[in-house]
Amino acid sequence: MHELLARLRRRHEFWLVVVIVALIVFLSLATPAFLTLRNLADLLTANAFIGILCAGLIVVLVSGGIDISFTAIATVTQYVALSVANAYGANWLTLFLMAGVLGIALGLINAYFIGKLRIHSIIVSIATLNIFYGLLIFFTGGDYIYTLPNFFAVGVNWFEFEGADRIPYAINLQMLLLVLSFVLTWAILNRTNVGRQIYAMGGNPDAARRLGFPVFRLHCFVYGYMGFIAGVASLAQAQFAQSVAPTILVGKELDVLAAVVLGGARLLGGVGTVFGTLLGVTLLALLQNGLVLLGVSSFWSQFVTGIVILAAVTATALEARRQHQARRPRR
Amino acid sequence: MPAFLDLQAISKRFGGVVALDDVAMTLEAGEVHCLVGENGSGKSTLIKVISGVEAPEPGGSIVLDGQVHARLTPRESTAAGIQVIYQDLSLFPNLSVAENIAVGRHLGHLKLVDWAAVRRTADAAMDRIGVHLQPDALVQDLTIANRQLVAICRALAADARLLIMDEPTASLTRGEVERLLDLVRELKSRGICIVFVSHRLHEVLDVAERVTVLRDGRRVGTFPAAEIDDDRLAVLMTGKQFAYGLKDVDLAARPVVLDVAGLGRDGEYEDVSFQVHEGEILGITGLLGSGRTELALTIFGMTEAEVGEVRVDGKALVPGSNQAAIEAGVAYVSEDRLALGLVLEQPIVDNAVATILRELAGRLGLIPPARRQATVDHWIEQLAIKVSSTANAVKTLSGGNQQRIVLAKWMARQPRLLILDSPTVGVDVSAKDGIYAIIARLAAEGLAILLISDEIPEVRYHAHRILIMRNGQLVGPYDPTTSSEAELMAAVNA
Amino acid sequence: MSSATSQEGHGWQRLALSTNGLLVVLLMAATAVFALLIGERFLSAATLRSMAFQLPELGILSLAMMVTLLKGGLNLSIIATANLTALTIAYVLQATMPGAEGFAWIAWQVVAIACGLLVALAIGLVNGTVIAYLGVSPILATLGTMTLVEGLSIGLTRGGVISGFPDTIVYIGNGTLLGVPFGIFVFLACAIPLAVWLRHTPSGNAIYLIGSNERAARFSGIDTRAVMLKVYVLSALLAAVAGIVMMARFNSANASYGESYLLVTILACVLGGVDPFGGFGRVAGLVLALVLLQVISSAFNLLGLSQFLTLAIWGGILIGATALMLRLGRR
Repeated sequence: MHELLARLRRRHEFWLVVVIVALIVFLSLATPAFLTLRNLADLLTANAFIGILCAGLIVVLVSGGIDISFTAIATVTQYVALSVANAYGANWLTLFLMAGVLGIALGLINAYFIGKLRIHSIIVSIATLNIFYGLLIFFTGGDYIYTLPNFFAVGVNWFEFEGADRIPYAINLQMLLLVLSFVLTWAILNRTNVGRQIYAMGGNPDAARRLGFPVFRLHCFVYGYMGFIAGVASLAQAQFAQSVAPTILVGKELDVLAAVVLGGARLLGGVGTVFGTLLGVTLLALLQNGLVLLGVSSFWSQFVTGIVILAAVTATALEARRQHQARRPRR
Repeated sequence: MPAFLDLQAISKRFGGVVALDDVAMTLEAGEVHCLVGENGSGKSTLIKVISGVEAPEPGGSIVLDGQVHARLTPRESTAAGIQVIYQDLSLFPNLSVAENIAVGRHLGHLKLVDWAAVRRTADAAMDRIGVHLQPDALVQDLTIANRQLVAICRALAADARLLIMDEPTASLTRGEVERLLDLVRELKSRGICIVFVSHRLHEVLDVAERVTVLRDGRRVGTFPAAEIDDDRLAVLMTGKQFAYGLKDVDLAARPVVLDVAGLGRDGEYEDVSFQVHEGEILGITGLLGSGRTELALTIFGMTEAEVGEVRVDGKALVPGSNQAAIEAGVAYVSEDRLALGLVLEQPIVDNAVATILRELAGRLGLIPPARRQATVDHWIEQLAIKVSSTANAVKTLSGGNQQRIVLAKWMARQPRLLILDSPTVGVDVSAKDGIYAIIARLAAEGLAILLISDEIPEVRYHAHRILIMRNGQLVGPYDPTTSSEAELMAAVNA
Repeated sequence: MSSATSQEGHGWQRLALSTNGLLVVLLMAATAVFALLIGERFLSAATLRSMAFQLPELGILSLAMMVTLLKGGLNLSIIATANLTALTIAYVLQATMPGAEGFAWIAWQVVAIACGLLVALAIGLVNGTVIAYLGVSPILATLGTMTLVEGLSIGLTRGGVISGFPDTIVYIGNGTLLGVPFGIFVFLACAIPLAVWLRHTPSGNAIYLIGSNERAARFSGIDTRAVMLKVYVLSALLAAVAGIVMMARFNSANASYGESYLLVTILACVLGGVDPFGGFGRVAGLVLALVLLQVISSAFNLLGLSQFLTLAIWGGILIGATALMLRLGRR
């Protein structure tokens, strides 16, 4: 038992769980509004967009790269898919097909520059962020889309029931996609050969090349998947907002990155888990939500988030250093 | 029985540079073969030809299992059971032992991982050589020796019939080398051919049958291992004869520069006391992990001793401050030249003045470019460094010249004590000679020198006194003129 | 580095030479094309002046980013620092009685600017301490301070804008001296000393060594932590100057001005030949890159093309130039 605790203590996720549980206990006691079905449903729905994107970004970080163009990809897929749907009609399948395929295509553009031309992913994705976003706004004039296809505007309402507060509850599109994207990412990273190759490549890219890994194909998979996830996330966001606003997604890329690295992913690749990522998103979401419920002015919530991020990364760095020093061999 | 692999008339040019010139080599099944040569002799190019990474020039032939090829592709090479274990081992530190061994199983496409099969493959490979590592342990948590075992198991899991090991003993302790050699004997008895690419031959000569020597891209010859010793090998590799006389001078009367008293650091070394005098070269030898480098790091102020103190010219050093140590006149040439000694990507000039940036600054804290250049030029001339332009990156220099740049940057500080930690690692035999000459000259000028090395002949021929570090404790002193190499070797391994 | 010794050189150095060469060629080509397309108007004094008005903000922010990139880090908090500096100055100026005049009023403005710089100094010290002494990775640490500092600005202003500054301050952003916009002098007053500092001082030289190999620099006796602390303080102070210029140009301050500049500063640095992983890059290259970006932006403006198309073209140039440089470097 003692040994188990000692091993747990060394895991990043353990500390996240401790903090999150403490936060949940505190918020439940401090505000009656926190542990309600209403609030939890809102929490999931409102954070779905960031959460889904995290499920894509973790794959990129594990592979040893970085992507910040996904907000631009999401903007493009959202705009194009729903414009086409408005003009020519669509159903759930074709809508997601459009967003997914377009997302993959844009992701493959990143993969080409990164894998074939060997330009570092940070440079590539800064450039493509500007290219995708700039071109979209240039061609569309940045106009909002307020009318959505009817089926889409209504959305998904599975297992609808009336809560004690007389408000109807249901599994909605956002919750569904959030859960699916995390399950899919988890399965890919832990249960498929491609996923293990991605971990391996992130851990030692030179060895991956030497051992004959299909490195370019892996890049295509990783950035294509990120694009696909961005496409999916963009639909969740558009359905939630009930509109397409091409200028509001770009700029959120660092929020997603913050959640993923808070979850323990290392920017140098090879390290990071889906569970940790989930915890990272959860922590930031709970924090924002808790501050609102506690009556802290929404103007101050970002400040508190900043303190938490800074404290978390500092604590992690100090813990890593402590472990490193404790590892001195004993004779 | 025909040879497993027969290379004839293999040549390779890179642009105008001839890397291999008409080289021949045969490898029999179940043979241990050493491939030796200085840096740039063509060893690594030859390995790349065998592993299929490089195609030889037309005209040569590669006979593999009786099949004639003009070149091998990596796929053909792997399919025939040729596996290379590079010096860096090419493992995945963030994956488990089992996954690393069975990594070939991950190379299928969008299939699900068969974890049971991964485990079976890993267990089978480990069983074959009687190794028992935790299959779930992460490779990053293993010792270097165990990581090497993982690399060997991975090669076996890929059905290796020819195992090429690049400098396999470089970072192993004595006991670990012995275990590796036992393992090699075991593999050999199963008909696996093993090629050692190494420069520290005496460790592997016992198990080897033949030695092939390369020099400047040509094959000098293939010799039975029994006929070879270190001296003969040095001559074959360089084409030159080196002979050193022993140093027979008593310097005990000269003033003490370094005085180490009762120094100890938990888990690294304990109760270390010794002195180094002006103009004296004190040799410290010992096995990897014996505490020799750890001691040097403490004297240089990179780590802090828990007990004892270090004095330079009578003044106690501030523990754990390398800036204070440098200020007091300590200079340290690291054994890890590539990671710690130099900033490889940056220009020669910037490396050469890295230690005296503040001293170079003049008015307004600015460094006059002429003064900087003059300083660098002075030391390049003093140490006879071959440099086409000081604006070039340090990594463009040969190992020997790189090491001279490290010396130059410390000499620019005019130190009192120079700690040389394995100063000739990765330096060619011929370039070593030049480094020894510089060391001797610096000592003659009055510098106190601490020469740390795991090569016993190196300390015996180039130091005035020798101490041996064994399990964190100093033994000695030994007088090089009265102690034989065998005696020292016995003391190191005792 | 020592241009005295040789014109040739290898690897990155030749690349750096060719970077500047490539930028000059691109600049001349862009100017020629736009001059043909737009005609006289493009080369008119008015156009040049408008370029000169716009360049300093992005320019000084890019310098702030550059110093941290050179040492192998990154500073995501530059924009937040710039805005908090501007807001601090605005608050201090508001705090005085409206009747103050003459010398006392000028002195009070100087005090206000000093207060702004002090706030930036504090942010720089936090970044530097956390990164250099506690070992937090720069991207995580500055992501935290970015969130925290911006959160502080939002909290203090409740998201609002503070506008109306005294003429002397407005002059910094909108005045001209000898027909040249004053902002250019501010930019040069940052760029030239920075170039000299990087090239000719012990700390400046140490930055390049640290950027390539921090441990080797430490083993040479360089106080790497002190140098890193200096880098983040300097970066924050440069960001503060950019904040002052921005505030002066808009005659107002806000928590989220210039947010879109953040990634563009990295784009400008990389285009200017700064290695995003540290160790290489010169101020001159960055200045060339900034001028090139500004020429494109102004020309598009004159052609009546959207600023978003400019963004896309900037991204395209970054990828194109990087690919070209890699190709030249590999030959």
